[in-house]
Amino acid sequence: MAETYQLIVIGGGPAGLAAACKAWEQGLRRVLVLERDCELGGILNQCIHNGFGLHRFGEELTGPEYAGRYIAMLAETGVEVRLDTMVLQLVPGRDGHPHEVHAVNGKQGYQVLQAQAVVLAMGCRERTRGAISIPGERPSGIFTAGAAQRFLNIEGYMVGRRVVILGSGDIGLIMARRMTLEGAKVLACVELMPYSGGLTRNIVQCLQDYNIPLYLSHTVTDIRGHDRVEQVVVSRVGPDRQPIPGTEMVFDCDTLLLSVGLIPENELSRGAGVEIDPRTRGPVVAENRETSIPGIFACGNVLHVHDLVDFVSAESERAGAAAAQYVQAQDAAPGAPAPAAAIPVQAGEGVSYTVPQHLHPAALAAGAELFFRVRRVTKTANILVEDANGARVAKFARTHLAPGEMENITLPAALLARATPPLTVRIEEVQA
Amino acid sequence: MYDVVIIGCGVVGAATAYRLARYDLRTLVLEANNDVANATTKANSAILHAGYDPEPGTKMAALNVEGNRMAIEICRRLDVPVKQTGSLVLAFTPEQLPHLQTLYDRGTANGVPGLQLLSGDEARALEPNLSTEVCGALLAPTAAVVDPWGFALAMIETAVRNGVELHRSAPVTAIRAGEGGGFVLATPQGEVETRFVINAAGVNADRVHALLEPVDWRMQPSRGEYYLLDKSEGGRVGRVIFQCPGPEGKGVLVAPTVHGNLIVGPNAEPVTDRRDLGNTAAGLAFVKARAMQSVPSIRFGENIRNFSGIRANTDRDDFLIGWSKAYPGFLDLAGIKSPGLTSAPAIGKLAADMLGEAGLPLTEKPDFLDERHVVRFRYATPEQKAALIAKDPRYGRVICRCETITEGEILDAIHSPVPATTVNGVKRRCNAGMGRCQGGFCGPRVQAILARELGVSPTEILMDQAGSWVLCGETKQTEEVPTHG
Repeated sequence: MAETYQLIVIGGGPAGLAAACKAWEQGLRRVLVLERDCELGGILNQCIHNGFGLHRFGEELTGPEYAGRYIAMLAETGVEVRLDTMVLQLVPGRDGHPHEVHAVNGKQGYQVLQAQAVVLAMGCRERTRGAISIPGERPSGIFTAGAAQRFLNIEGYMVGRRVVILGSGDIGLIMARRMTLEGAKVLACVELMPYSGGLTRNIVQCLQDYNIPLYLSHTVTDIRGHDRVEQVVVSRVGPDRQPIPGTEMVFDCDTLLLSVGLIPENELSRGAGVEIDPRTRGPVVAENRETSIPGIFACGNVLHVHDLVDFVSAESERAGAAAAQYVQAQDAAPGAPAPAAAIPVQAGEGVSYTVPQHLHPAALAAGAELFFRVRRVTKTANILVEDANGARVAKFARTHLAPGEMENITLPAALLARATPPLTVRIEEVQA
Repeated sequence: MYDVVIIGCGVVGAATAYRLARYDLRTLVLEANNDVANATTKANSAILHAGYDPEPGTKMAALNVEGNRMAIEICRRLDVPVKQTGSLVLAFTPEQLPHLQTLYDRGTANGVPGLQLLSGDEARALEPNLSTEVCGALLAPTAAVVDPWGFALAMIETAVRNGVELHRSAPVTAIRAGEGGGFVLATPQGEVETRFVINAAGVNADRVHALLEPVDWRMQPSRGEYYLLDKSEGGRVGRVIFQCPGPEGKGVLVAPTVHGNLIVGPNAEPVTDRRDLGNTAAGLAFVKARAMQSVPSIRFGENIRNFSGIRANTDRDDFLIGWSKAYPGFLDLAGIKSPGLTSAPAIGKLAADMLGEAGLPLTEKPDFLDERHVVRFRYATPEQKAALIAKDPRYGRVICRCETITEGEILDAIHSPVPATTVNGVKRRCNAGMGRCQGGFCGPRVQAILARELGVSPTEILMDQAGSWVLCGETKQTEEVPTHG
């Protein structure tokens, strides 16, 4: 006999924790969090640097401290948690039937669990060497920045002494500082693009403060060493991002860290038939973070890669509240029809994606917050929201836009009411 | 005194050991590397070829066709993932059609069953993602995809369970004729005496032979580069898709792997450094362009790993299987290039038969254990999964998320008859770390489990071969902080 819940949250990192807390606060009483690791908190547990929580808690916390706040909040609720538990399959329920979650752990064995609503909060994984096909040999000493971070901060081991970092994403920048503080020599941080992929504050605090050179418009073109990394070759790239012969720099090093992007981990979602946005590689969602399958919600880095955990928490509380609302509406009127056709939100010129990808009509009356990333670094620019007729719905002036930082705008209900769907978000550069 | 010493434990050495394990003999396998199946055997196309490529009358032709049949049988008996997908050789121009006919004729002469010449449309009916340029194809239903290192491991494990000895990290450094016949082999661990020596040293077979006498053939190692794509691309084709061999070699293939991924490659590049398993931007670009000719819709953005392997090519057109003329008792299984993986079981059988003819009594052991079972949690039914976890809760702890590999399976690998001692050794035995995150999540955990089980510090656990250290020490300890001023 399957165990039944109102809500199952898959993942006990920052997203899952916030979603579960919120759903409890909204009145759900049979809520289960499934976490594959041995403790709650997700990737925050290995992020021992500070800088978390400025928006959410108004103070600077370390990753474990930030997670600790939510773990404490969860402990105040009656939410059930199963640790060391891996979800193998999500089978969506159709026509008002509950969703099925298949999971395993050593204690309860193979479990088939039922839930009226599910929140997907599995987070993301790091892009690997293979994803970008870095040429060269295959010695040890090549780590994704997050794997190296786990070795250092959780396991307590150093991964190398002379280090080159490819990619200027935030984890790579944080690890440049961390490795330096542990006595390693970080020789270079190498970035393919002409701008950094990380937060400005991290460029300053993790590279500049330690005199670590940042090579923009460069990439790794060869890795040498049969057994362990011995040399890494770095070349300048042209505007087409192809290496320019003759620009090679050889670094004698034993370690190459990769911080070349994060990929939402949606194998479970895909298996369930959840519609995936090829741009975010996360589910297509409405403003309440409901996916294409009624009763299945998504939030955090499984939905789109965030820059700040504070925004993950806010988004996940939204998803948790919506999941609670969904369950309560189902209980009140079983088999109630799904909300009417949605209003698409499109990414226009200069915008790589938007979340949500569509709005429920009801949201028009409440106003909507849109999250997105821009394609280029721009100094003075306007964020424009236009409707199907090209009529301007809203304009937001900005003095700094960068792909490394997530943007968000709030569309007031009054503006939305006048718009003819679909909506398009685009960037208009303003000449100084 | 051993009856037989096999030098090298790639797929050929393993197949020979497995063959000899059924006889009442003292057999020793010496592997230079710290693990078996760790050179050409682990880096190739993972194909059991049908056998239409080799010229009729060659050793390769006979051993390929027999090997294909034997390999599939052995895989089924020893629980090795194998799938008889069949293969297609494509022609893109009318000028290439006669070549398909040649392959068909060769295959027929070699005894390859079920060959069929297809039109372009017939080929696309079987494989909808083939290029519209395809105007003809040769279908070979007996071709298969296999787990190549798993195949070798299964055979050497079974050999070891049946009493064959295996020494790893045991490179042979000298060979001399023994005083009372036979041979004396030197390794860093000491000397061993044996009646017969089998040289199955792969790309180093020439160097091993040269320890005894000058070699009258030349090794010409050739590197091939590959892409391995995510399972999201694994269904792009259902069969092994070859191109007509051209001046550059057999051409680039596109194939599903037995693990559900898509493999694309190889090119062919002569190399002098036999340990240079590097990928090059040019090599990968070539492979990609050629593969797109066959299957234009491959999404290379889904690539999870590139690798390359070294073919044990020689200046001869055939496998070099034969006795030393000056030193009877020394048997070369050399120059085992493609289709070496397929041919290996037949080569092992041939080697055993040759030993028998040379006077080694081949008495079958009554208690030869010819079976093997491996737990693969991910393929089990829910009921089987529940039973496994009830038996040992460690089968309920998923360590590798991408491939759903449990701690129980990792422990099985570490405590198998040929135990895994490295991170990649674990990967080859149970596939932890083989998935889309490439060990990013499970790497540190596998490292910790290995250290715990082997009773050593995690800093001592290697990624792969000697020198491939992962950790260089502990982070700062809580020593007293030095005070300044």
